[in-house]
Amino acid sequence: MRENVLEMKNIQKSYFGTKVLHDINLSLKEGEIVGLVGENGAGKSTLMNILFGDEVIASTGGYDGEIKMFGKTVHIGSSRDALKLGIGMVHQEFSLIPGFTATENILFNREPIKKNVVANVFGERLDTLDRKKMREMAKSAIDKVGIKIDDDMLVSVMPVGHKQFTEIAREISKDNLKVLILDEPTAVLTEKEASTMLESIKSLASKGIAIVFISHRLNEILDVCNKVVIIRDGYVVKDSEISKITVNEITKHMIGREVDTKKRVSRNLGDREIIMSIKNLYVDMPGENVKNLSLDVRDGEILGIGGLAGQGKLGIPNGIMGLYDAEGEVLYKNEKINISDPMSALNKDIAFVSEDRRGVGLLLDETLEWNISFLTMQVKNKFLKRFLSKLISFRDNKAIKDVTDHYIEALNIKCTSSKQKAKELSGGNQQKVCLAKAFAMQPKFLFVSEPTRGIDVGAKALVLDALKGYNEKYGTTVVMISSEIEELRQICDRIAIVSDGKVAGIYDASESAEKFGALMIGASAGGM
Amino acid sequence: MNSKRFNIKELINDFGVPRLIILGFLMLLFILAPFVGADLPTQFTNLFNRFSWNAVLVLAMVPMIHSGCGLNFGLPFGIIAGLLGGTIAIELGFTGAISFLMAILFATPFAIIFGFLYGILLNHIKGGEMMVATYVGFSAVSFMCMMWLLLPYHSPTMVWGYEGKGLRTTISLEGFYDKVLSKFLEIRIGNFSFPTGAILFFALLSFLMWCFLRTKTGTAMTAVGSNPIFAKASGINIDKIRTLSVIMSTWLAAIGILIYEQGFGFIQLYMAPFNMALPAVSAILIGGASVNKASIANVIIGTLLFQGIVTMTPTVMNSMIHMDMSEVIRIIVSNGMILYALTRKTNEGRRA
Repeated sequence: MRENVLEMKNIQKSYFGTKVLHDINLSLKEGEIVGLVGENGAGKSTLMNILFGDEVIASTGGYDGEIKMFGKTVHIGSSRDALKLGIGMVHQEFSLIPGFTATENILFNREPIKKNVVANVFGERLDTLDRKKMREMAKSAIDKVGIKIDDDMLVSVMPVGHKQFTEIAREISKDNLKVLILDEPTAVLTEKEASTMLESIKSLASKGIAIVFISHRLNEILDVCNKVVIIRDGYVVKDSEISKITVNEITKHMIGREVDTKKRVSRNLGDREIIMSIKNLYVDMPGENVKNLSLDVRDGEILGIGGLAGQGKLGIPNGIMGLYDAEGEVLYKNEKINISDPMSALNKDIAFVSEDRRGVGLLLDETLEWNISFLTMQVKNKFLKRFLSKLISFRDNKAIKDVTDHYIEALNIKCTSSKQKAKELSGGNQQKVCLAKAFAMQPKFLFVSEPTRGIDVGAKALVLDALKGYNEKYGTTVVMISSEIEELRQICDRIAIVSDGKVAGIYDASESAEKFGALMIGASAGGM
Repeated sequence: MNSKRFNIKELINDFGVPRLIILGFLMLLFILAPFVGADLPTQFTNLFNRFSWNAVLVLAMVPMIHSGCGLNFGLPFGIIAGLLGGTIAIELGFTGAISFLMAILFATPFAIIFGFLYGILLNHIKGGEMMVATYVGFSAVSFMCMMWLLLPYHSPTMVWGYEGKGLRTTISLEGFYDKVLSKFLEIRIGNFSFPTGAILFFALLSFLMWCFLRTKTGTAMTAVGSNPIFAKASGINIDKIRTLSVIMSTWLAAIGILIYEQGFGFIQLYMAPFNMALPAVSAILIGGASVNKASIANVIIGTLLFQGIVTMTPTVMNSMIHMDMSEVIRIIVSNGMILYALTRKTNEGRRA
């Protein structure tokens, strides 16, 4: 029986009153590799940030629970604490200094030093770096990683894979390293590099270092890990020896919470005509690029678009609605939409509820009345009073108040009055205002992007019900983009999964969660 | 909002501490005035006159603030258009009230062209409007310093006497549009007079502005200033709206300087426009506007307070301490207000 290097007990964490981690337990033995998997937003990163003492944690009130190393309770208040305890982390986004060489980065602030005359007078901060020894140390660390990196190369000119290896080399060059956290280390690597990486991870573990390995590529998890821990919605839902679990089971645990919500009554919409046809769409949205995507939307359906973050699902509505540079052909009712002009889509009664509520969706400093009526006023010339034979038109404050009050009631928006400022509402209520804004335009086609992101369970249900109700009542076609596959399965007719900027496959919403999970992690529609 | 309780703290916050201090100071001056031998009716006459000269220049701030272009430090642009209008009207031999109308008429195309070009420039430097505008305004003033000498003006009332060409620094408006608005329907009671015409003209322009802000386009302008991306997502052409606001602001500045001239009685050329932007900016800030919110009420309150300080301090202070403090106080107040507003801007974290 090997010693428990690390134990995390009953870890809890809240951000601004929203609990993101409920009672997490995790233990690591010497030389063990634990795979940590879960959907985006399940709490993986928060957990690792706690372990590495990220300042986000301390600045939002710390964490609850106990962390033990070698049986002793420790407190990790900052990354400095974590490093002292021998915890190292390789971040998803690199924390390297671009203008420094690999060697300098690997040994940064831990450089071997030589005494010199000046330092004798002014203290050790002015010691000279022992370049020769630095190079030797860096070389040996790079050798351990198992790939050839020029130790003299500037990080800024390295290929992305080498940067990843440099980060790992930096961590393992630390003498006291006991626990290494790898946050999606293979995400940016080519297949060959990834397998080298996995080999070096294994060899590290054989030297007694305990490793937490986070990856969306489940096959890698199965390949290198001894144990897998699955997190969903802030709970550990499964903790299993790797030999006793399959990829399908992992995906099911990852996304398929037992379906306790009312299941959508399946509708047969297969014979509906195509209302929107997207052909060869490219969208240049940073972090969410769409690359040559084609997709048909049927009249009156609710189409879900899912996929992991950064795969391009958000780029689709933003491109079609003219908010980001886009190329390609989008036909709506056989008419072309000019995707460089937002008005073109709006004029065809296509509305968009943006995922960026505060940035795009709302006029934070204005009243709810303005927020809800503005779009409709500008696009459809409603809520205007006309004078002098229509020469001059003023805002019709009464009509604006009426429509706002109507939606405050219909969507149960909690506010003091229709004159309250949008920034004063909670996230869930702001989201309802965004929906009301789109509904007020009485769209025939509605893009809804991440409508439940960052809002609590009650508001979530209300938002989803509102969308479903609107679709059923007015026959509005709804395209809903969401990272939460379960949510999509609740209200959609069909779900398309976007991976690497393209549609990886479209299934009926009643298909099993495993199938969608498989599409998300990159298998093609036919496989698995 | 829902409670009718009279919350003094909230009221003070609403009104703004700096404004309360300035209002308090102004009241103190008015109370002190009779004791140091200043004639109150004369003081009020001064205040209303100066208000009528300056209010339109302050009003010119409103459209650009609404569209998110910030405070119009490029006011000299519009002022130059107004000066061109005024000098051309005189050059062409118009006199009396007609010369004022013609000045507005001639100033308008210049204002529109200048505003359009200035608007295009500002659309290329979103986020840095105020700083760039300041320098652009200054460059325009310097450029015009040359042009006033070189442009082919010949009217003997305007050119340098000894050479017969090049405009003078100060041109008297006697016989032209001197006091055309101020004297219109003027109310006189003893020492007190009220420039009804000029105030009415300001009221008319304010009313038109008020109306505009209630139209579809005006609403769009406010939304562009409040959140440009929201406006874009609602199908608004942001650059077009911003350009429109700059043109409006420039035109109002042109009209504003003509009104200033008719009250003051002189056209001031060369470096004069240089010093017009800061008082207007600080007036609207004293009135309670921020860099992206302004109302007509802000214009009226701000101009009254600012001009009140400017007119009252010299009289009261001079009589009290026999020293001219007015300029010092004016500078402290105007620059202090601008500084205050700009620090508030960063606090709000406005999106550029």
